[in-house]
Amino acid sequence: MLAASLLIASFVIFAAVYLAPGNPISALSGGRALPASSIRVLEARYHLNEPFFAQYWYWLTNALHGNLGISIILRENVSTLIASRIWTTAGLVLYASVLILVFGIGMGIVAGLRPGFLDTSTLVITAISAAIPSFVAAIVLILLFSVKLGWFPALGNGTSFLSNVQHFTLPAVALAFSALAIVARVTRASIREESDREHVQTAISRGIPARQLIRRHILRNAAIPITTITGITIASLIAVAAVVETAFSLNGLGAYLVQAAESKDLAVVQGISLVLVTAFVVVNMLVDVLYALLDPRVSLGSRAQ
Amino acid sequence: MSAPLLQVDGLTVRLEVRGERRPVLRDVALTVREGEALGLVGESGSGKSMTARAIDRLLPRGAEVDGSIRFDGRDVHALSGADLRRYRNQVAMIFQDPRAHVNPVRRIGDYMTEALRTNLGTPAAAAANRASDMLSQVGIDGGARRLRQYPHELSGGMLQRVMIAAALLTEPRLLLADEPTTALDVTTQAEVMAILDGLRREFGLAMLFITHDLELAAAICDRTAVMYAGQIVEVRESGRLHDDPLHPYTAALAAARPDITRAAGRLRAIPGRPLSAFEAPPGECAFAPRCPHAQDACRAGVPPLSELDGGLSRCVRAHELRGKLGEPANA
Amino acid sequence: MSAQVTTVAVPGTKRSRSLSGLRGTGVAGMMSAAVIALATIAAVFGPLLAPFNPDLPNLSLAWVGPVGGHLLGYDFQGRDVLSRLLAGAQSSMLGPLAVVILSMAAGAVLAVVAAWRRGAADAVISSGLDILFAFPGILLAVLATAIFGAGLTAAAIALSIAYMPYVARVLRGVALRERSQPYVAALEVQGSSATTICLRHIIPNMLPLIVAQATIMFGWAMVDLAAISFLGLGVQPPAPNWGVMISENQTGILQGYPLPALSAGVCIVAVVIAFNILGERLFEQAQEARR
Repeated sequence: MLAASLLIASFVIFAAVYLAPGNPISALSGGRALPASSIRVLEARYHLNEPFFAQYWYWLTNALHGNLGISIILRENVSTLIASRIWTTAGLVLYASVLILVFGIGMGIVAGLRPGFLDTSTLVITAISAAIPSFVAAIVLILLFSVKLGWFPALGNGTSFLSNVQHFTLPAVALAFSALAIVARVTRASIREESDREHVQTAISRGIPARQLIRRHILRNAAIPITTITGITIASLIAVAAVVETAFSLNGLGAYLVQAAESKDLAVVQGISLVLVTAFVVVNMLVDVLYALLDPRVSLGSRAQ
Repeated sequence: MSAPLLQVDGLTVRLEVRGERRPVLRDVALTVREGEALGLVGESGSGKSMTARAIDRLLPRGAEVDGSIRFDGRDVHALSGADLRRYRNQVAMIFQDPRAHVNPVRRIGDYMTEALRTNLGTPAAAAANRASDMLSQVGIDGGARRLRQYPHELSGGMLQRVMIAAALLTEPRLLLADEPTTALDVTTQAEVMAILDGLRREFGLAMLFITHDLELAAAICDRTAVMYAGQIVEVRESGRLHDDPLHPYTAALAAARPDITRAAGRLRAIPGRPLSAFEAPPGECAFAPRCPHAQDACRAGVPPLSELDGGLSRCVRAHELRGKLGEPANA
Repeated sequence: MSAQVTTVAVPGTKRSRSLSGLRGTGVAGMMSAAVIALATIAAVFGPLLAPFNPDLPNLSLAWVGPVGGHLLGYDFQGRDVLSRLLAGAQSSMLGPLAVVILSMAAGAVLAVVAAWRRGAADAVISSGLDILFAFPGILLAVLATAIFGAGLTAAAIALSIAYMPYVARVLRGVALRERSQPYVAALEVQGSSATTICLRHIIPNMLPLIVAQATIMFGWAMVDLAAISFLGLGVQPPAPNWGVMISENQTGILQGYPLPALSAGVCIVAVVIAFNILGERLFEQAQEARR
């Protein structure tokens, strides 16, 4: 199913050339005037004189071989341009994922297991953080921690690994901030739900001590919906990273995608879109696999809703 | 006569439902002796399940409990820590819906041996062997293979047998069976009941058997208690319950069951509907609104549970109505 | 005795609603509704309510703090921040509204058709929706603006397409539940047509949940559209818009003039929180009504 999604998505990305107003040449050139020789080069490279599906085929096979075309603005291979930026985005998403795992799930577990002050404060915090978009979080974080406190740099990538971590901290927090909320809430709800289940009553009636009870019967069972929501949330980070990268002037795929969209560098837009959608689908696939591993009632390919 | 294994006195439980405190059990009293089976019969809302949960300390958070529950002379509600765990090993509960009560993501072997390994420190291999043996005692073959299966691979009837086997593994002295066969189809019911009854007698276990089926309770239990609206209304030797009931509700329950040996004109239902403890009219006999024998004396106050001919009854008119309760007022 | 065929009023067609309406959402719900009402007034009357001209730049006044009648100071081009916020409410609220209407209409239709027909039609629709899930909203919006040019229209349509599968999936579950209620079978037996049953009974019974879903979705759409405007692909400067204002005035943060960007951020957050809270309360209400 997900493979089908990827195929259709790639088709939509490819078809962008034809969906644009005007003819494919103007789309590919971003509306710029081109000398006749360049036009012929474009026609040859994109097989524009062949039937539609043949073009799709060429484009897809090229993409699978790592050939994503050439940027009309920078006149370089799109794949090279992507490769130089992909680690920024990957690092950012990874950093943010770790934050979500530790704080999102952590808060949710604590809130789910202990009603009372910790629980209520978690609900309040998540209600607020869910409403704070990443770019708003970005400017607040820059204001507080960069300008006022000077703990972290505001913009840019950084040079060594350690300075990378420093530069990526505020962006990762901005990215993770609102995503935390839903992970924490679903974690809390799942833990609550599992705690009320009858099989937990059975374990209690046999005198299983609390720590074992929580680990083997509540957490283990709640792991199923928690994994699903965490996976979905992390997948969504891939797209939102673009906003954070722009806000912090990070040299990542997302920021570059936005620039390419603004300057109508279609080949770059297509290339990056394909990469991001693939990453999105791959993460979703991993979630499916994990789900099947955690729940013995389910076979691979059917993620219950 | 030796002291009873389980003694419940004046058990009153209130639960919080949507902001109000509602009574679910009122002044429940019963005793179970070592090796004896006591049936607890009632309709939905009578409080029979709640009684078992109170005994096993499985009441929901915020429940108010008054009265005493003593097991082997010790107050159950005062137990904590290691004592409580020991109590839980000696009292095993069998629940109604096996599929809901067995963790679906863990294997059967895990489920069965969990208590042994955790509380009694039995090494895994020994526990697995005992589990295998017990499985064959409840009629399930292929022990080792079964232990590796997951609950969703077994039928409801088999799962219930697994639950019974697991309950017996810790060698309890008292079984609390909460409608163990209600969720099963009729044929499986009979099989599972036979296994439960047989094993209970073989191991000499005491049992509190909860059901809505008066005949079933009378068939396998030495004594039967009847509950209505959160109260015990009658306790009687099972053999005499049908022919010589001491409370109009028991008589009505027995009469309402269709008899397959005779053709009957109309099914005899009890008029009205069964009340829960909080719906019962205060300060009078809870059954009075539906009782064909009710008089003013019945509404003068909550009738006490009093002794009569070796049994207990909450009917103030039990004495005069003896013998007349066996047959319904209008045939 | 002549047999007369009469349509019997089927019980259960209109669910009884206890504590329905706004009063049932509690204090938090009503406060959220108040915030939303304020935002709506700003959206409709914004340019009229603005104390100063939101569009006229005056670079000599750039970044000046709150002074005189200018409660929130001036932005990077010397325009009054408060006036720009009020004027910007329009595009900031209209965009999400369009997204919600489009995605919920399309999603509801698909959901009801899938739930009604079941079988093959349901399988096809469900698979189609599953496939659409592969596109995260922002990505689709960026792609759309790359093709059709930057602007609110392209972004809003793209977001509607991205949200629709989620709406359809949620509503499909609800519609399936309604479909299998006994009163539907009763109506079918009486001869009502599929369209009538869907339009006059199933959808009205789903309405509380539809409204709750729409409310929550408004919040998401607002966040996504503001993000797209922040990126420069949505509403184009110099048009006022809360997302654009954050991006325009971001340099002010580094230079010690955080107020313009922050105030735009606060507006967005306040309205989104309001929609989230109200939506959640409405959801609870809808669940209660089902019992």
